[in-house]
Amino acid sequence: MMWLTWRQFRGSAVMMGAVLLILTAVLALTGPDLAARYAAGIAECVPGNTCADFFDRFFDDYQAPFVAVTLAVLVLPALIGLFWGAPLITRELEAGTHLLVWNQSITRGRWLTVKLGLIGLAAMVAAGLCGLVVTWWSGPLDKSAAPELAQMSPLVFSARGIAPIGYAAFAFALGVTVGMLVRRTLPAMALTVAVFAAIQIAMPLAVRPHLLPPVTGSFELGSVNVDGLQILPQGGGPLELFVRTTAVPGHAGAWVLSSELVDPSGRTLAGSGAKRGPSSTIAGSIPVSTTSGPCARTGGPPSMDACMAEVNRLGYRQRATYQPLERFWLFQWIETGIYALLTLGLTGLSFWWIRRRLC
Amino acid sequence: MTFVLEARALGKKYGKRWALRECTIEIPAGHVVGLVGPNGAGKTTLLKLAGGQLEPTTGGVTVLGGRPGSTPAQLARVGFVAQDTPVYAGLTVAEHLRLSARLNPHWDDGMARERIARLGLVPAHRAGRLSGGERAQLALTLGLCKRPELLILDEPVASLDPLARREFLQGLMEATVEHRLSVVLSSHLVSDLERVCDYLIVLVDSRVQLAGEVDRLLATHHRLTDPRRDPDRLPADQHVVSASHTDRQSTYVVRTEAPIHDPAWTVTPLGLEDLVLAYMDRRPAERRRVALEVQR
Repeated sequence: MMWLTWRQFRGSAVMMGAVLLILTAVLALTGPDLAARYAAGIAECVPGNTCADFFDRFFDDYQAPFVAVTLAVLVLPALIGLFWGAPLITRELEAGTHLLVWNQSITRGRWLTVKLGLIGLAAMVAAGLCGLVVTWWSGPLDKSAAPELAQMSPLVFSARGIAPIGYAAFAFALGVTVGMLVRRTLPAMALTVAVFAAIQIAMPLAVRPHLLPPVTGSFELGSVNVDGLQILPQGGGPLELFVRTTAVPGHAGAWVLSSELVDPSGRTLAGSGAKRGPSSTIAGSIPVSTTSGPCARTGGPPSMDACMAEVNRLGYRQRATYQPLERFWLFQWIETGIYALLTLGLTGLSFWWIRRRLC
Repeated sequence: MTFVLEARALGKKYGKRWALRECTIEIPAGHVVGLVGPNGAGKTTLLKLAGGQLEPTTGGVTVLGGRPGSTPAQLARVGFVAQDTPVYAGLTVAEHLRLSARLNPHWDDGMARERIARLGLVPAHRAGRLSGGERAQLALTLGLCKRPELLILDEPVASLDPLARREFLQGLMEATVEHRLSVVLSSHLVSDLERVCDYLIVLVDSRVQLAGEVDRLLATHHRLTDPRRDPDRLPADQHVVSASHTDRQSTYVVRTEAPIHDPAWTVTPLGLEDLVLAYMDRRPAERRRVALEVQR
């Protein structure tokens, strides 16, 4: 049975192997250079405290390959479900060969065990290898990424660590099960992708934020969490502050779930709604003097640092809930475990179905 | 006595439609059994139930004394060649032999190689490139060389031309004699089965209409012809299978254990094909009559 499984699977396996080999080779050749550039840049920027600038430049240089490899890891499990999972049984049913192979001296339960075991293992190895290589390669970039692409943020988190192993196992089992129920290759493939995509979207939206209760904290306002301020050209009126919704100071790589501007008594400050700020920010109006003092217009726009110091002194804060980067591996294990359970459920269903319902 | 196939009130329902119902048969070992019936009569369903591909809805079936398809040992005792003789298009002939060799404990490799060579199949050819006849022969080889006690073939010659049909059935017959295995094969054509079968099951409208050894069936069925006569006046021990009437004469196919003495009847022997057709004709004939009455 091993031989037959390998004989039927070897084409796909060789293709996947070749793609992974190329990816690994390219990343292995460019990775050390990337790490060296990062180390050199850090050594240079720390004394002058200019690391924020270095991160911006460094990340900008590599943004395209960063996005490309991240997407590759995200898409790989879907492809496995699509091309390995869904056709596994539909192909036999459509050609009628299930009647050939299930009439050899081997029960269909055992047939399915070997198929699922061997190909499922290959899927997990492929996704695991791909995920870990990409995690290693993009390490320096993850440390310097913009807050929107923080390591805990939904897309990047899903493309790092061991979670892709869980996704691949699940996608494969999903494809097999859907194929068994739908019995036709093309509809099964379409349905597999649709269901997998829906689950992959629902996971970070509905489940992952609550894996552990998020941390709530109040933070002084500064360059990390404020993306600009605004006062009326003629002076007077409130100070409009644009607080980032993706970053909190001192917790680089965290996934910020909510962020708002609060006054000293803890009430949320809404913006005036007059102007839209930069992307990934919310506006808040602070009733601080804009005609005199550090936040006043004196010839030119007010000094950001001085104005922030004044605002912080008055007790205004960013209040945010977030999942810190320290939870990365814990979340990776929990999420992989959830997908492992889903995979086991689908596997059980497919065994039951192949014995009882499928002919 | 163990039967190769024993069904008790066996039934299979797809959704609301019965594909097979109230099927009770006992097939003794050592026969080549022909399962005949029109398309859609339930032949494939019965064979799949016997092969363990399907689970019965009602009743039960045992094959060689065991539950079909339940264990590897049971699977090893039954060979099954499915309809349209499916093979893996991407695998070569040699790879098919290899997969069967690895999946069957009693696989007879020498016999398989010898058969392949005798049939002129090239081991390195992909099965997808084989003609229908060659593919059927390959599938038969896989079924035979696992050395089963019972070989089930579902419409094995349906897609073959007459010459390939003859060769296939010939090969099957030789193997049957050589290895003394029981065979059940289905067809919707009696002419295919006539040459090879010594036991017959007629399946019409998901019900078994007739089952028995061919010799006995032929000996107990007669065609009676006479100037028009009412069927009520036929002797009581004669069971009328079918009747047809013209203005001048009536023709009956009857089943009876007793010899027919009445000199008024012209008795002619019945061929297997006529016999089967008489049974196949029964139910549609009833319907036809109803339809005519409605029109009148």
